[in-house]
Amino acid sequence: MEKRTRSFYGLAAFFGLFLVFLYGPTITIAILSFQGPGGGLTFPMRGVSVHWFADLFEQQAVGDIWGSFSRSLVLGLMVMVTTVVVSVMGGLAFRKRFPGSGIVFYLIITSLVIPSILVSLGVGLIFSQSGLTVHWSTSGFGSQLTWTLPFGLLIMFAVFNRFDKSYEEAARDQGASAWQTVRHVVLPIIAPMLIGVALFGFTLSYDEFARTLLTAGSHNTLPLEIYGMTTNVTTPVIFALGTLTTVFSFLIIALFIAVVGVMNRRRSRRGSDAGQGLV
Amino acid sequence: MTDQTLSPEATVAAPPAHAIARKPVSDAVAGWLLSLPLAGVLLFFLVLPILMIVVVSFWGATEFSIYPAFQFDNYEFLLTSPVTYQVFFNTVKYALITWAITLVIGFTVAYFLAFHVRSLTWQVVLFLLCTIPFWTSNIIRMISWIPFLGRNGIANSTLISMGVIDEPLEWLLFSDFSVILAFVHLYTLFMVVPIFNTMMRIDKSLIEAAYDNGASGFQTLVNVIIPLTKPGIMIGSIFVITLVMGDFITVRFMSGSQKANVGRLISNDIALLQYPSAAATAVILLITVLIVIAILLRFVDIRKEL
Repeated sequence: MEKRTRSFYGLAAFFGLFLVFLYGPTITIAILSFQGPGGGLTFPMRGVSVHWFADLFEQQAVGDIWGSFSRSLVLGLMVMVTTVVVSVMGGLAFRKRFPGSGIVFYLIITSLVIPSILVSLGVGLIFSQSGLTVHWSTSGFGSQLTWTLPFGLLIMFAVFNRFDKSYEEAARDQGASAWQTVRHVVLPIIAPMLIGVALFGFTLSYDEFARTLLTAGSHNTLPLEIYGMTTNVTTPVIFALGTLTTVFSFLIIALFIAVVGVMNRRRSRRGSDAGQGLV
Repeated sequence: MTDQTLSPEATVAAPPAHAIARKPVSDAVAGWLLSLPLAGVLLFFLVLPILMIVVVSFWGATEFSIYPAFQFDNYEFLLTSPVTYQVFFNTVKYALITWAITLVIGFTVAYFLAFHVRSLTWQVVLFLLCTIPFWTSNIIRMISWIPFLGRNGIANSTLISMGVIDEPLEWLLFSDFSVILAFVHLYTLFMVVPIFNTMMRIDKSLIEAAYDNGASGFQTLVNVIIPLTKPGIMIGSIFVITLVMGDFITVRFMSGSQKANVGRLISNDIALLQYPSAAATAVILLITVLIVIAILLRFVDIRKEL
């Protein structure tokens, strides 16, 4: 494969079209959210303004979006931390087969493939029949974990399958306890992947809709609020909101990718400490 | 060396404690303890909810409340209603069409990334570009099709100005077309990621060997790459098919409530507080999905592919 073949250019064009397909609509609503005050949900643009963004800050125009945003943010962070901790523990557990590991494994797969609305319905029913009130931070939190944990665990399984055990053996040979080995050897090695797990945990929770539908209670999370808006808001204000939360998502993703990049660079700089201990 | 000469008692005393701690029994205990939080979450928010749905599917309902019972009315109603079969047929139709389209697009994109992009940096950058939308809101991504597909949307006005059509096409939005378009838009990356992952693990020398033996690019693709990519294809298929079969929100939003699938049947019953009937439908949906997964899992050992 020395020269670029004709199939390369064909495939590259296909890939380009795929990216347009993927991002085109998002970019379109970003443009339309700057629609003038008299403009509608589609082109042509009737002037350019930030009218619809300003509307987002008026309570009566859009309902409680800032309240729902802060709830989604807090919930996202809760789910993120839990997902990372539980996934790492689960990943460590699954390095050796233990009685019952097969069952837990198939539960993880079930959790991944089960239609979201079933989790929503089931958790909602359990809470209502046992007299508990559904709330985003209890029932909503648990329901979202059934979606984020499988992703976190699949990443951890992949990480530990490629993990070089000789590092740990070296640590143990030097007299490190099991906890010291995990804390000072295993965790630093898998740290960049943990950032990935955290990214999944936060964003999947922040955008989750179906599993929170019946489990969030009377206070909506942001996706529920946005969905409510689609049925009764017919102005570009919904595009403005969409653009803002997408920008927020992009910033979060960029932040996570940047952290991984910095970690990798720092590691490759400090990577080899051969000889340093002697001086 | 110094250890041994300094305190022989200590070295003799220490190993038994260690040896006990490393017995397989304690491996099991460690495994249980480490997976305890995971098992707890799955028990309370997955297993119990499923059991609850199964139980409630036998309950009865009035207009305002539900009451414990053991009756097969919900199932009987469900299985004798022609609507059910129509809706299940629609669900399978969406799943199959979306699966076929995402497979073709996903495979082509992954193939390009894995075998035609040469530098690792570019592979990572382009791969990230494909996956970023996964971490953004599905609902926003659905909403963003409105300016394209509406009666006065971009697609219609472009086609009219090009002279292809005289009147706006009515079937662009709120139709099977827009539902499947949204599914493909949302879920193609669930195909791209596992297929790309498997392709990157194919030993490049196998492909060189195929070329050296005189295989054309197409023959290599069909006889070497596709068979070796099968596990990734299966995992992607599991994702796409289960996501589409369990969906209710895309169908509702993109069809303007004009089309139905099983998920919408369930969510409509929920909206009417008919939980037992929703639960019965959910049980049948779950069984259907699990059967499909069981069939697909025959072709791939997930634990080996991670």
